Amino acid sequence: MDAMTQAIQLTVTLALVTTGILMLVGTPIAWWLARSKAWWKEILGAVVTLPLVLPPTVLGFYLLIAFGPNSPLGQAATAVFGQALPFSFEGLVVASVIYSLPFAVQPLRNAFEAIGDRPLEVAATLRASPLDRFVTVAIPLARGGFLTGAVLSFAHTVGEFGVVLMIGGSIPGETKVLSIAIYDYVETLQWGKAHILAGGMVVFSFLVILTVGLAGKRLDWRRGPG
Amino acid sequence: MSIITALFRGRLGGFSLDARFDVPARGVTALFGPSGCGKTTVLRCVAGLTRLSDAALRVDGDVWQDGRRRFVPPHRRPVGYVFQEASLFPHLSVTDNLRYGQKRVRGETDRVAFDDVVALLGLARLLDRPTAVLSGGERQRVAIGRALLSQPRLLLMDEPLSALDRASKEDILPYLERLHDTLEIPVLYVSHDIAEVERLADTLVLMEAGRVRAVGPLADLLADPTLPLARLPEAAEVMEAEVVAVDAAYGLSTVAVPGGRLVVPGVAGDPGTRRRLRILAADVSLRRTATAEGESSILNVLPARITGAEPAGNHLMTVFLALGDDGTGAPLLARITRKSWDLLGLAPSQPVYAMIKGVALLDRG
Repeated sequence: MDAMTQAIQLTVTLALVTTGILMLVGTPIAWWLARSKAWWKEILGAVVTLPLVLPPTVLGFYLLIAFGPNSPLGQAATAVFGQALPFSFEGLVVASVIYSLPFAVQPLRNAFEAIGDRPLEVAATLRASPLDRFVTVAIPLARGGFLTGAVLSFAHTVGEFGVVLMIGGSIPGETKVLSIAIYDYVETLQWGKAHILAGGMVVFSFLVILTVGLAGKRLDWRRGPG
Repeated sequence: MSIITALFRGRLGGFSLDARFDVPARGVTALFGPSGCGKTTVLRCVAGLTRLSDAALRVDGDVWQDGRRRFVPPHRRPVGYVFQEASLFPHLSVTDNLRYGQKRVRGETDRVAFDDVVALLGLARLLDRPTAVLSGGERQRVAIGRALLSQPRLLLMDEPLSALDRASKEDILPYLERLHDTLEIPVLYVSHDIAEVERLADTLVLMEAGRVRAVGPLADLLADPTLPLARLPEAAEVMEAEVVAVDAAYGLSTVAVPGGRLVVPGVAGDPGTRRRLRILAADVSLRRTATAEGESSILNVLPARITGAEPAGNHLMTVFLALGDDGTGAPLLARITRKSWDLLGLAPSQPVYAMIKGVALLDRG
């Protein structure tokens, strides 16, 4: 397998795993942020949104320190994953999940908030337990938010560079993702290969934004049946 | 007799609620009062959607709330709730909306069957349609059916007609009346429209600024001189009547009410049919002597006794009456001018004749 295919495959795998984890982790966080009346919920909301505004190098720097062999967190992670997180695929996954968290949580939270109390109250009076209401009413009504969150998380993970550079390095097949590969091709003056990957990214990004825009409209329940 | 005992006390935002009432757990009980008097909050408390710590609720012997000690969550209360807006689930078909609650009732046989609800509410044509294309009235009928199919022991309705236009309202009211007659589910019905209450309610809980002003049978409260209902411009009295005879040639029916007989327009039904009548105070005038046949165009001239009177505005009087020679019949209200009251020399406990110009049949026979 040539280096370019390997980079693409690694990137897609990383983005898929990250998106999967984010849907599982982001949904309860978004639900809580949308429904809770706790005064400190906006503090947690701000923490979750922080990766959106922080320079990726800052995030990568702290993650590197947090997962380093001298930190308790790093030692715990090493015990769980059987290896140190920095400069490993597992490390990239953990970093990507944190880095893309706002891209999953924000659309989900907006979608959950848009449902309002009424459909859930109706379901409650129709004997649906809280979990039942969440599964049979909240999730279907927030389907647009799930699609947007998943697509944005995937795309954002595909495009990450700074965090990967800090915590992953450039190990082929392990941490050398697309953006790093492009950087390396440019550094080594392989313009042709850089063009293929960079051009591909432009097309991919355009399609992602178009999909989100079109699907968002189609999935809006207020506009009638989808 | 089964009964609903409720006490809800507490502050919600800037609003203070202190409502207590005992009402029979059968027929339709209307929670009536001006907007913002807390009637919707009471209904939400009964459903468990709003939780006050100083509250007690007992339905049919079951404790649904006892202060902080016991609070049955909404999904464990056997209630059906019809909201002001139909609030159908947009991601489900009409049929799936109808079955949402029914599917979740376990270990009970259906007292209310799917086909019966479809027939009762005229839903057959709608079952295959997406909810988005239904009219306002159709949506609300589906919402009522959905609530009924969750096999409630108590049906809660929060102004189910107020979001509808006049035509849709008239479209739904007959269904509600049929509900009343066919199903034996007690209903708590919130409304600020006295005409709706007169048509549907058996028992009235009159609310005012977060408090319960009076509780009792509708007919008693409508003609209670201590309550504001008799002072409304559209004050009226309702009474239960039984069809005695039908005069097909003239298109009239004779019905018996407590303390007399009335001629009403139309064919009211076979003899023995029970109907509800409404007589507006403004349609009743008084005279001292009976009319001989052929003397007046007004067909209904009934003996009655004055039980009380009070001025209504500057020139009118509201007169409280009881039908019958001895005044033991149904209560009735009359609105006459203060000048007539003085000219006729009327006074409480006096026998008079009530001339009734209009009688409305409220329900379908």
